[in-house]
Formats: sequence, structure tokens, C-alpha cells
Amino acid sequence: MAWETVIGLEIHAQLKTRSKIFSAASTAFGAEPNTQASAVDLGLPGVLPVVNKDVVRMAVKFALAIGAQIAKRSVFARKNYFYPDLPKGYQISQMDFPIVGEGAITITLPDGTEKRVGLTRAHLEEDAGKSVHDVFEGATGIDLNRAGTPLLEIVTEPDMRSATEAVAYARYIHSLVQYIDICDGNMQEGSFRCDANVSVRPVGSETLGTRTEVKNVNSFRFLERAIDFEVERQIDILEDGGSIVQETRLYDADKDETRSMRSKEEANDYRYFPDPDLPPLVIDDAFVEAVAKTMPELPAIRRQRFIDEMGISPVDAQALCADKQTANYFEAVLEGQSYAPKLAANWVLGEVFGRMNKEDVALADLPIAAADLGLLIKRVDDGTLSGKLGKQVFDVLWSGDTDVDAIIDARGLKQISDSGAIEAMVDEVIAANPSQLAEYRAGKEKLLSFFVGAVMKASKGKANPAQLNKMLQEKLKG
Amino acid sequence: MHDKTLAQQAAMLQNSRISSAELVAHYLERIDRYNPALNAYLQVDAEGAQAAASQADQARAAGNTGPLTGIPIAHKDIFCTKGIATTCGSKILENFKAPYNATVVDKLSDAGMVMLGKANMDEFAMGSSNENSYFGPVANPWQQDRVPGGSSGGSAALVAAQLASAATGTDTGGSIRQPAAFCGITGIKPTYGRVSRYGMIAFASSLDQGGPMARTAEDCALLLQAMSGHDVRDSTSSTTAVPDFSAELEAELSGLRIGLPTEYFGEGLDADIASHVQAALQELEKAGATLKSISLPNQQHCIPAYYVLAPAEASSNLSRFDGVRFGYRCKNPQNLEDLYTRTRGEGFGKEVKRRILIGTYALSEGYYDAYYLKAQKVRQLVSNDFSEAFKDVDVIAGPTTPTTAFKRDEKHGDPTSMYLNDLFTVSANLSGLPGISAPCGFSGGLPIGLQLVAPAYQEARLLNIAHRYQQLTDWHVQTPSGFE
Repeated sequence: MAWETVIGLEIHAQLKTRSKIFSAASTAFGAEPNTQASAVDLGLPGVLPVVNKDVVRMAVKFALAIGAQIAKRSVFARKNYFYPDLPKGYQISQMDFPIVGEGAITITLPDGTEKRVGLTRAHLEEDAGKSVHDVFEGATGIDLNRAGTPLLEIVTEPDMRSATEAVAYARYIHSLVQYIDICDGNMQEGSFRCDANVSVRPVGSETLGTRTEVKNVNSFRFLERAIDFEVERQIDILEDGGSIVQETRLYDADKDETRSMRSKEEANDYRYFPDPDLPPLVIDDAFVEAVAKTMPELPAIRRQRFIDEMGISPVDAQALCADKQTANYFEAVLEGQSYAPKLAANWVLGEVFGRMNKEDVALADLPIAAADLGLLIKRVDDGTLSGKLGKQVFDVLWSGDTDVDAIIDARGLKQISDSGAIEAMVDEVIAANPSQLAEYRAGKEKLLSFFVGAVMKASKGKANPAQLNKMLQEKLKG
Repeated sequence: MHDKTLAQQAAMLQNSRISSAELVAHYLERIDRYNPALNAYLQVDAEGAQAAASQADQARAAGNTGPLTGIPIAHKDIFCTKGIATTCGSKILENFKAPYNATVVDKLSDAGMVMLGKANMDEFAMGSSNENSYFGPVANPWQQDRVPGGSSGGSAALVAAQLASAATGTDTGGSIRQPAAFCGITGIKPTYGRVSRYGMIAFASSLDQGGPMARTAEDCALLLQAMSGHDVRDSTSSTTAVPDFSAELEAELSGLRIGLPTEYFGEGLDADIASHVQAALQELEKAGATLKSISLPNQQHCIPAYYVLAPAEASSNLSRFDGVRFGYRCKNPQNLEDLYTRTRGEGFGKEVKRRILIGTYALSEGYYDAYYLKAQKVRQLVSNDFSEAFKDVDVIAGPTTPTTAFKRDEKHGDPTSMYLNDLFTVSANLSGLPGISAPCGFSGGLPIGLQLVAPAYQEARLLNIAHRYQQLTDWHVQTPSGFE
């Protein structure tokens, strides 16, 4: 039987606020356990939550970025369950009235086709703390630094039909939330988490199969593998005549498999009800307009600008805009320069990306400042350096030097563009090779490269190749 | 000096006829003598009170004072006090010390008040008799085999017995007004949102409201002034401007329209209470008010709705008492489930557990619509009844309670009969309205309370009416025998 995969994603984006969603405690990652937990985060008696306005602003920003509905009135609700790292015994979330309503986004798949993914909702909630199982012998430690960290949970319709589509969507959201500066996107630290609801059904079927929720996926590669594994697992079960159990499954990257998170599937009744400590969240038009004014240029618009105003090819523009840092770096390279932006695109996508991949360096750790690369490209463009010499200077910059002109001077890399000097070298080489000259003039024009090479050698590689070529051709003709 | 009202003591302090230190010493002495029988105080902070009193006296000497400077007060043990245990009447918080003060505690302290100690209460404010305190019941000073009411029973008893000038209370379904009525004092539940709930341990967040309990309406006005106002730490606290509650105390009652709900004067109301409340209303009529019969048609649904909503919120609010971070923890937990079940099983009293169960049930999948949502709809209807009524009248009056203080153990263990104590009081909580109870007579030596309810944020009106009434009567200045 042929099977169709159906995937919906729930993405938890940690919002980049300085303080928590309902308290003034810091959200900074990596502090000593429990040093960033206030009385509110600890769930002490009598204390009350107060909504951080920044959190609301960021959720609105997200809604504006994807054109989703913004609820004028949303309601915080309590999700009740007991767990040691859930201090109040309930998580403040949103249930029936989320802050962001329906929307849709169109993503470009790796093969260039477009795919529409419907968004069900996005809602605000607080994160729980962490249970630490490997520090205390025979006991579990509780670290509540993360408790109360703001999350935006972005939920899609079951619109994706393959792991590839799911990853493309996740990457899109990952890029977007960083673009609009509401999430740092750090998947290792858990700032951006993807849970996948996966089911399969016979091709042609309209009804959804029983789904499982796959959690604990902390990279796009793992997301793809976890979904692929889960799809295969489900198909195997169904083809053997079995049925899928609706459950939460954890992905184990080491074993590349998913496994049931709970031995017995507890029928969790979260007893959601509106949080009486928090009045409904009311957002007026003025607030939305104020947020709209802070919207940065979105990736699709930036890409189009690169194409229209800079003459960058669509493929290169797409690559440059895939993430905000790359596009920012590219524009920083161009800052104050007047050469064709295409040159800079070639350098960034060619030399810089090539070296980053080869040496596994992240953009944030790039050893070459954008301004230095910008000057290097200028020196190539204005003829000071040949392309080849430019790459030598690039190597020097990569190893830590910063002053492009000083490198050129110190290493005598400056291209010789003085026509007198080049002419002298050309004359010398022609005079020293009378037999080759005769052959050339007899029609063996291939010998041009011999002369070019000889003059280049004489100039220690610094002669301006274009000038040299032109002059040689003239002189060789006689 | 204990038999003086707070306002009178304030004048004496102002005239330097007494010092705060003397006043505090006097109360501490009375507490030593009378509290063992009453059990109204759970804790007395003699040292802290003496220090605060001498500070107040110094401030007074420096001319840096307000009307409450140096006046001793007791806080219901539901208000968190930094460095002094806050138990909420529960074993589960027996040794809990909050690292912060409740906003109410801070505000009254900022106004110069001296905290004498913490008042006994029904565990987590759940009860109408103060028999649900883990730390033992409180005796009613008027007849010590009687209950003082609840849940602010300790506060009411200690004010009635004159063991402090005033006390704070909280009112979720009548917990200020009912004990005030049972103990013959004056207590006001402000409009929901008027007084910050920060640091006040939550029972039912959408209903809880702190307020003052004192001997007179005039005293309550001074206290409410200091307690009120928006608090950035409480999102449900109101930004509505706080008027001068004392400014209109003396205003004439002529033209005042008082609504009398037929539902409040029907069957089940004690005959003595009925006649005393009628007499009080006639007194107000003589003072210029007009009386008008009105109807609150959904009155009968208040108790059932309240006993769904309040436990529902409580079941969630009390989840944080899990033995993990603070408070009581069971001995030698075998695993997580054992930790939870035994900590909560051993730490909570019977009534609290009953309400957690009721609330959990009401919120459960499959029952939510039938209970919680239905009760919310009733709540809206009750609120609408008041809005409708206030088109024709300025305030609504009636008895605070259907009976006077009952005997200890009389209703303990009979929750439905106990819950009926809230019959006339819960509607104000469900609709967020201010309500006051003031003494209006005695039946068999036990005080009777007159309740007045006003539209939102009209506490000044309630205080005005109660004050005028208290100028015409002396029910509120009686002292229970044995406490002179």
C-alpha cells in the first residue's frame, strides 16, 4: 500500500526578553542554579504574575511578520499538573483565546517549489524549570532559572507531507524569528524547540491517522531523521496489521530512534481554566501600530531588494537572505563601498562560505570583519590587487590580520599597473625569447600564454593581467 | 484606653495624652491575659511591636505622622510578613516565613501602624467558624462556647475583645463581614481590586479581597484609606482613583435610597435578626433615607455557584503546596507520588481537602461546562441583578448572616449547613461589589450584623451610612463581659 505522511509542527520559540514573562528575574542562559528565580518564579504563596509587556510586543511582531490575526483580547489560562520543576503546580499558558490566531505562510522547498503551511495559532506561555538527575546521588535537583521564561508556541495545521517539508518550514520560522529579533534561535540551548505531530494514512484517504508527538529534537537534521524514523515505524506497524498508539515519543539522537516517553500513557487532564490572577490581555490598534513601526525588513522583502536594487541573482539573493546574520554581514561588507554589489556577493558566497564550511566556523565567529572584506574587494575592483592576489590577502585576513592596505604593502602584493614598468618587462621577455617570437608571428598564437607566464613570472605575479595581455598582444604583432 | 475606638486613640496620640509605646504595652498585657482563652492570636511579635511603637513615637515627636501612626493592629495570618511566620492557619505552612511583606502589610506599616501579631483563621480562609484552623478554634468573646465566625475569626475576636485597635481580614465569600457580625464589630469588604492581593495567600483569586476590621465605620475609613490603591505587582488591582473615605462620613442621608431584597428577608431568617435589622432600617429612614423593596432573582443560585467557583480556583491555587520548595514535607517520601500524596494528605486539613476535591472535579474534562462554566454564567446573572437593582436604589441592605454565632461543634462536619452562613454575603464577592457589616443589635447576648452593599468603588457611601447609623446607636461600642 502507498502511504501518505501527515505532519504538523509545534515550535516553542523562547522570546528574547531580558526578564521573564511574569516576573522581573533575568532570562540569561547559564547562570548558577536558582539564582535567577524570583518569588514569583518559585511559586511562593501570595505572589502574583504580572505580564511583561515586551513579551506581548514580540508576539504581536510575529503575527505582523506572517500576517496572522492578532487577538484584541486573549486570555491566559492555567494548565494544571504536578511536577517538581513546575513550581505553582500549573503552567500559565493560553488555551481558548491565544494572542495570535490563524495565518498561513508560503515556504520555498529545496527543489524550488512553493508550499503553503497553515498556522493554527501562536500563544504565549511560561517555561518550566529543569529537573537535574545527574548531580545529586539518589536525589533529583531542581533548577528554576528557566521557570517563567517566555515562550511563543507556534502551531501549524497538519499541512506538511514529508520530513523535507517539515524541515523547510522549521527553517523558515527559525530564520524569521531571528529576523524580527524575538528569539535567538539557539537550538542547542533550547531557545528554539520543534515538536512534530506525525501520522500516516493510505494515499487518497481524507481522514487523519492516529498521530504521535515526537519531542526532544534539537537540530534540523535530527528533526528530519526523527520524522523519517517515526513514519517508517508507523507504516511498519500498520502494514503488520497493528494500530498506532497516540502518545508522546522522545527522539534519541544516539540511537536514531523514537521511543515512548511514558511507560503507561497517563490520561492527563490539565483542567485548563482562565487564570484569575491575570485579566484578559487587551491589545489596541495603537499598540499594534507602534509595534509595526519597529518591524525590520522581512527576508522575502530583503531578498527582492537585493535582486531589484543590487542586481544580485535570485539564487544568490536567496542564499544571502537565508539567515539574518548573513544578509547583515553582506550589507556590512558593502557599507561605504561603491563597486557592484555582485562582487561582494561572489566573495561572501564563494570565499567566505567556502572557508566557513571547510573550517566549520560560524558566522558569528568569522575572523574577518565585514569592513575589511569590503576594502579587500575594493582593492581588487580598483586594480590594486588581481583576483589571485586578493585571495592571498583574504588568507592573511582569515589568519587574523586586519589592515588590508598594510598587508598589501608589507608583502609587496600590490599589482603592477604602471604601463611603463609592464612595458619594460614585456620588452625584456620578448627580447630574451626570439625563437618563440618568430613562431608566434608565424601563426602559433597559443604561445601567447607562454609570454604571459614569462612576464608574470618576471613581475613576481604582480603585473596587472589585463594590461599585460593587451600590451603583449600589441608588441607580439610587431 | 483599649475601649476607645481607633479614631479616639489616634486623637489621644495626637494630643500626646498617650504614647504608642504605652498603647502597645497595654495591648500586649491584655493579649497575655485574654488570648489563651480566645486563641485569636497565633503569634505575638512583642519585640517588633515595641520597636515599631517607639519608632512611631519618635516620628510623632518629629511631626512626621498620619492618623494611623503608632496605632496597633493585628494581621490575619493570610498576609505574608517578612521574617515572621505566615501559616494561613495550615500545618502545611506551619514554619513558612515569606521573604516579603504583603502590600497591605507594607502600606499599613508605611502609614505608621504597629503590628502586634498574626491572627488565627480558618485554614486557607476556608470556613465560617474558625474551627478549620490547624492551630485550634477561636472563641467568640461574647460567649466563649460560640464560634467567632470565619474565616477572619481571629481578627474579629481580637478586635471585639479589644486586644488590638483593629485587624486586617480577607473576604472571599463573607470572611470579613460574617465574623464582624458574629463578634459585634465593623468590617468592610472593598470592591474587588481596591486593595492589592499581593502577598495575600490566595484562596479564590477572583473573589478574594482584603479589608479592615475595626470597631467603627470611622476606624474602617482610616484603615481602608491606607490599604487601598493600585499595585503594579497585582494585575487585578484597580487603577480607579481612591477617594478620601473619611471626607463623606458625616454626609446627610436624606435622599438615600435603600433597596431591601425580598430574598434576604424570607424563610430561614432568625426572627430576632429580622426585627433588629428592620429597626436599624427604620433608624436610617428617620435619618432621611427611603426604603424600597427590590428583588435579586438569582440570589438562590449564589451559594451553589460560589461553591463551584471558589473551590475550582482553590484547587489550582493550592497546588503549589507540594512539599518540594517550602512548607511541610512528609517524612521519608518513597517516590514522587508518595511525596505529593503524603505531604498534601498530611499537611492539609479536612475542609481544605474537601474543597480541593470539589474544585478539581468541577474543572475536570467532561464536567467543566456543567459546573465551572455554568457557575460563571450564574456569576454574570448575579452581577446583572445588582446592576439592575442599582438603577433604582443607592445601596442594598439586609442582615449579614441568617443566624447569630452558633456553638462550637454545632455545624462542624456538616459542610452544607456551614456553607449557608454565606447566604447573604457571597453575592457581593461574585459581583465584586463592596459590602460592609455593622453591629445593629443583640439576640440572646450575641451580636447581629447589618449588611450594606453598594455599587463598585462606592465604599465611601457604605462608610458614610454605617457611620451615621453608629452616631445614632451604640451597638458598636459594647464590650463583651469579662473584657472590660
